[in-house]
Amino acid sequence: MSPTGKTPPALDVDGLLDDPRTKIIVCCGSGGVGKTTTAAALGVRAAERGRDVVVLTVDPARRLAQSMGLSELDNNPRKIEVEGDGELHAMMLDMKRTFDEIVEAHADPDRAKQILANPFYQSLSSSLSGTQEYMAMEKLGQLHRSGAWDLIIVDTPPSRNALDFLDAPERMGRFLDGRFMKILAAPAKTGGRLGVKVISAGFGMFTGVINKVLGVQLLRDVQTFVAAFDTMFGGFRERAEKTFKLLQTPGTAFLVVAAPEPDALREASYFVERLAEERMPLAGLVINRVHESAADALSAARSQAAAETLEERGEHRLTAALLRLHTDRMLLAAREERLRDHFASAHPTVPVTAVPAQAEDVHDLEGLRQVGHDLAARPSAA
Amino acid sequence: MVDRVSARDTDWDGVRLHVVTGKGGTGKTTIAAALALALAAGGRKVLLVEVEGRQGIAQLFDCPPLPYEERKVAVAPDGGDVYALAVDTEEALIEYLEMFYNLKRAGKAMSRLGVVDFVTTIAPGLRDVILTGKTSEAVRRKRKDGSFIYDAVVMDAPPTGRITKFLNVNDEVSGLAKVGPIRNHADTVMKVVRSPETAVHFVTLLEEMPVQETMDGIHELTGVGLPVGGVFVNMEHPSVLAEDDLTAAAAGTLDLDEIVRAVKSAGLEHDAEQIAAVLASDAADHARRTALQRREKERLEAIDRPRYSLPLLSDGMDLAGLYDLAAALRAQGAA
Ligand SMILES: Nc1ncnc2c1ncn2[C@@H]1O[C@H](COP(=O)(O)OP(=O)(O)OP(=O)(O)O)[C@@H](O)[C@H]1O
Ligand SMILES: Nc1ncnc2c1ncn2[C@@H]1O[C@H](COP(=O)(O)OP(=O)(O)O)[C@@H](O)[C@H]1O
Ligand SMILES: [Mg+2]
Ligand SMILES: [Mg+2]
Repeated sequence: MSPTGKTPPALDVDGLLDDPRTKIIVCCGSGGVGKTTTAAALGVRAAERGRDVVVLTVDPARRLAQSMGLSELDNNPRKIEVEGDGELHAMMLDMKRTFDEIVEAHADPDRAKQILANPFYQSLSSSLSGTQEYMAMEKLGQLHRSGAWDLIIVDTPPSRNALDFLDAPERMGRFLDGRFMKILAAPAKTGGRLGVKVISAGFGMFTGVINKVLGVQLLRDVQTFVAAFDTMFGGFRERAEKTFKLLQTPGTAFLVVAAPEPDALREASYFVERLAEERMPLAGLVINRVHESAADALSAARSQAAAETLEERGEHRLTAALLRLHTDRMLLAAREERLRDHFASAHPTVPVTAVPAQAEDVHDLEGLRQVGHDLAARPSAA
Repeated sequence: MVDRVSARDTDWDGVRLHVVTGKGGTGKTTIAAALALALAAGGRKVLLVEVEGRQGIAQLFDCPPLPYEERKVAVAPDGGDVYALAVDTEEALIEYLEMFYNLKRAGKAMSRLGVVDFVTTIAPGLRDVILTGKTSEAVRRKRKDGSFIYDAVVMDAPPTGRITKFLNVNDEVSGLAKVGPIRNHADTVMKVVRSPETAVHFVTLLEEMPVQETMDGIHELTGVGLPVGGVFVNMEHPSVLAEDDLTAAAAGTLDLDEIVRAVKSAGLEHDAEQIAAVLASDAADHARRTALQRREKERLEAIDRPRYSLPLLSDGMDLAGLYDLAAALRAQGAA
């Protein structure tokens, strides 16, 4: 199949979906490669093969969301009618609402109210980088703990860097839990006790500057927020760690999604290596939007030569154009194939499946079924 | 002031700050770079600014990672220079604190302690005002004789989802110090960004999500009174078939016999039937794709802004491709 003969193992998607031990599937990868589409397509396929599935999407395209009945962002799973014995539910992550729920669950009502009304909390919960990743993890944890689902499929937030999904929760936890947050919150209390020379020496000046630059009001908001949030800090970190551990269990399967393009495959490569480091179970690589070629029918070179012949003679205009089209397509297919080979030689053991680019966006159940079918199709042993 | 460049009408005469935004991965960095080249053509001096700390410009121009310093990265057609600056948020913040708060050296200590990271996290508006501030400073910078150092500045900006917040710094810092240097700084930035010397361009693909984001983004910008520039349709697959052939290809009614004859006459005697079938199926795919592109293009028609089309470079991006895109932009009057 591949010109260099490095054919990677085929990813057995149906085997993965049918295995009752598969409890969580995480679709990750860099932005725009088709994570959401893959997650939704797997959900449909798994349900139609008999599983009770919930799909947690993060940012579905508008038309896809509508066709799945997800036009409202209500942070709760909605049932979608599919064929077969299983059941499909889908939901769209509302990150602010999820954050609010954590606060409500962990603080007494008065304190929760105080936190939710704090202006600093409001900007934090909707714009702090990493919040979306953290809340996706949190929601996954909740869905898992509820025990209501036989299989949970999660889409990951649209970051340009695929690793953000693993790193952001930790980063955010560190921030909320961090030293400066505490110093800011209670300068009087910690000033002496920290004992670190550099800090105490420059500390007065720093708060001075921060005050000047950021303004007294913001600092005051931060301080009230931290004071109210104090009791939850530990919990925050702990929750993230728990979900992180959940991702290391054998019931979890990571699917790395990539487009057959240099940047996306490079990201996928990093991600594969990182998962191994974290001992997180990788199921395989999905290469989405490939341009297949009926390779043996007509090569790019012959197609181009034929087109030129017709063009020179000024005959058969239509066929000349079709031959040009075919040439371009074969060249594109060849370039994609080289990139896939490159990945395969770097990661020879990673199972791979490829999904052809549909001519149109994937925006309804029918399109998702097609993607699911392509995901599961394994090149016949050749 | 004497115009050093021959009088050539472009759509953005008078614009000196070009902000390039778009959905992630649509080609913001690529188009920003091509636009900078196009604007520099014929002996001008243009600065290309990167604010996301990803060294995309260095990659594109095939040079080592850029320091936080204006560096010449390319020579434009017919003379003209493109300079590039990769703004490092941390260094820019420290520079800013030193300049306005007289904090010599303290900045370095703050960065070691991670305070910088902390401050920009609790107040993202501060980071944005510093990035846009750095850019608008370059726009306004003048020589002794009063002429501008840069004829134009092109910014590879954050994606559509964040652009309005990013540019609308006044709003963003309204929660911060009400008086003092940061306020003044924000006011100066705002004056530049709102002026007719600025245009915010959108890069899109002819696909559902990027087009939707473009429309939403333009709506948002207009809503806060920021100047919307052009729409740059990137990676358009040109249609190579005539109208009636497209229709037939989509409907699966191409004249297969004629194709078989043509294929044979072109010297492909062997397997001519099979080849004809492959060609017809490629054509059907192409026709559907073309239809989708048209639909998205029609949606873009609703936007009353200049539109440019950049072809998909079928050999992938390289420096030569970048010059091709720049030439296409000039041919269409974008520069
Ligand atoms: N006209 C074109 N033809 C072929 N390839 C292109 C074209 N424009 C951009 N590309 C390729 O598409 C990819 C994305 O482009 P680019 O990095 O410029 O996008 P971006 O919007 O800056 O992405 P990000 O949101 O990640 O910053 C790159 O690999 C680039 O080389
Ligand atoms: N195999 C495919 N064929 C055609 N279009 C696709 C395919 N996979 C994804 N798309 C389209 O690409 C766009 C981005 O996909 P999406 O799943 O939202 O990406 P991500 O979640 O990784 O950002 C959507 O418009 C989707 O319909
Ligand atoms: Mg997505
Ligand atoms: Mg970029």
